[in-house]
Amino acid sequence: MPRVLLIEDDPSVREGVELGLRRRGHEVRTASTGEAGLAALREFRPDLLLLDLMLPGMNGVQVCRKVRDDSQLPIIMLTARGDDFDVVIGLEAGADDYIVKPARTEVIEARIRAVLRRIEEPGSGRPVVEFHGELAVDRAGLTVAKNGERLALAPSEMKLLLHLTSAPEQVFSRQQLLEHVWEHSYHGDARLVDACVRRLRNKIEDTPGSPRYIQTLRGFGYRFGPL
Amino acid sequence: MRLRRTAGERRRPFGLRTRLVLAFLLVAAVSAGTTAALTFREARNAVLGTAQDTAVASFREQVQQLGMELPQDPTGLQDVLRDIARKGKPHPWYVYAEYGSIRASSAAAPTSTVITPELRRTARSNPHGSFERVVKDGVPYLTIGMPAVFRAGANRVMPTGLVLFAVMRMSEEQAGVEALVVAARDGALPGLAIALVPALVAARSVLRPVRELRKAALSMGSGRLDTRIQARGSDELADLARTFNESAGQLERSVDELQQAEARARRFASDVSHELRTPLSGMLAVTEVLDEEAERLDPDTARAVRLISAETGKLAVLVEDLMEISRFDARAAELNTDEVDAAETIRKTLEHRRWTDRVRADLPEGIRARLDPRRFDVVVANLVGNALRHGGAPVTVRLRTAAGGDGTALLVTEVADSGPGIPPEVLPHIFDRFYKADAARTRSAGSGLGLAITLENVRLHGGTVRAANGPEGRGAVFTVEMPLRVGEAVA
Repeated sequence: MPRVLLIEDDPSVREGVELGLRRRGHEVRTASTGEAGLAALREFRPDLLLLDLMLPGMNGVQVCRKVRDDSQLPIIMLTARGDDFDVVIGLEAGADDYIVKPARTEVIEARIRAVLRRIEEPGSGRPVVEFHGELAVDRAGLTVAKNGERLALAPSEMKLLLHLTSAPEQVFSRQQLLEHVWEHSYHGDARLVDACVRRLRNKIEDTPGSPRYIQTLRGFGYRFGPL
Repeated sequence: MRLRRTAGERRRPFGLRTRLVLAFLLVAAVSAGTTAALTFREARNAVLGTAQDTAVASFREQVQQLGMELPQDPTGLQDVLRDIARKGKPHPWYVYAEYGSIRASSAAAPTSTVITPELRRTARSNPHGSFERVVKDGVPYLTIGMPAVFRAGANRVMPTGLVLFAVMRMSEEQAGVEALVVAARDGALPGLAIALVPALVAARSVLRPVRELRKAALSMGSGRLDTRIQARGSDELADLARTFNESAGQLERSVDELQQAEARARRFASDVSHELRTPLSGMLAVTEVLDEEAERLDPDTARAVRLISAETGKLAVLVEDLMEISRFDARAAELNTDEVDAAETIRKTLEHRRWTDRVRADLPEGIRARLDPRRFDVVVANLVGNALRHGGAPVTVRLRTAAGGDGTALLVTEVADSGPGIPPEVLPHIFDRFYKADAARTRSAGSGLGLAITLENVRLHGGTVRAANGPEGRGAVFTVEMPLRVGEAVA
């Protein structure tokens, strides 16, 4: 079962979520501030970070950036609906997904599972490493390299890239991507997709302003290529 | 905001300015006219009266001097008449004499056409004579008839039967009277012209404050409650301006107070929901633990624990709905639109809630719309959920496009049930918050905010939602109309 680090300042939420997840078999460590959370991160080595956005002192977005500096640890933000601005900033800072509080434990666990789930292995007959332009995508090893140089992709970025490259030149709507990559409902937040595409472009495109790999079809969605 | 040019701003043919100028001119014309008419009458009477008094007196004197020595033959009589004619005063006159059938005159013709039978009659009957003013062929004449009398005692005179007539042209007097008319007219016309100046000045001094008042009232109407007018002077219009300013001030204060009270109430609702949400987050995370453990508890404790778990869930929904409503009230609700396939969006809503076998869907493919998928999901789910709860099966969802009144393409979503329909007295309140159609019903399955949130979500999309009853009053029909907005820039 995955090891989860929960950074949350409100004691009732902290305790409630910890209790709920632990009963479902997760190993949970909690921290009440960003600073304490970052310290626990090095020592606890979690598989996933549950991060409240509104923290005293160092806030959730700052913690998120700090973590992303040297790690591709899956990050799910905890937020309250209405703090919309923070959601976008958190997503830009590199969070993979977010959960709106209050949430039942089953919802939280489903999101944890979705973020941690590996993208489906390609069917037989496909090469393990695919080349798209200067990009080399290793579906088995889950690595992406550009011009031989390995790129550090967050889990959501990796899954999005794998999903798009599995059917090059096919257009996927935001809703389809939400369903397949994030396992959200069809009516989920399309900003999740947009933020992830922006982050991915910054890493793989030569000029993110005029993308070559991940192209936008206005009114329809995104597609990989054609190169 | 630009002031709209309303009907009032046009120049009206009978506006205040025109009426004021007309009134001034009328007063000036009447006073000038009356003065001129009275002056004219007096002057005319004076001129004519003096002339005719002189003429009558001198003619009477002439006739009296004749005495008894009147020649009876026409030639002799004519000489006498010529003699009298020479002594005409103030103008020369022609003298005519009539005695029985004898007619004599100082002129060529023995009789005059100017002398009227009326004068003849009165001249005969009145020993002092009589006169008459006659206008013939545009020439004014004074005609005087004087009977020749003889003294028959101390106080008695007897007519001799001879009547003398004098006919005098009054051209000079006529010219004088005409000069008077011209003078009166020439005096009145510049007077009228001069009256125009104060009329225009007065109109301007009235109209300027009136115009300012109108502008200020329009500005107030368009929401600028801090509009004030400069009150100059101490006349009634300045009083009106001051009253306007005072009323505007009071209005501004009371609106301000109302807005503050409303803002406080909204902030309070928002704060309360916010404060409730944090403990609820913790509680909701552990309801599962309660549900699982309840089986192992004694029946009463298990019931209590399940109750707490179930109500915690409902409370969480209610608080979320309250938060949503307060965001709408604070205009903080955001629209995150995406272009989607409308049929697919509704189908996913039904699938997600496992309603596909309870709801008939008539969803034509290929309709694309720009909308906020999460909010549209809430709209459809609330309407279908409402139909399933309060209406009767089968519930139908229909999708189509239509052209709006201004030509915009609309996405029309219809949710119809087969229940008893909505009572007419309920219809106007169906989208009200916490509205209970049945006062006895304590609480419905939803938060009581579902339709209110639906309405707000549709409005946020720039659309409308309405409730009605189907044909023959069977079943309720909710119709949502939202602009398609396909091809617009990504929000």
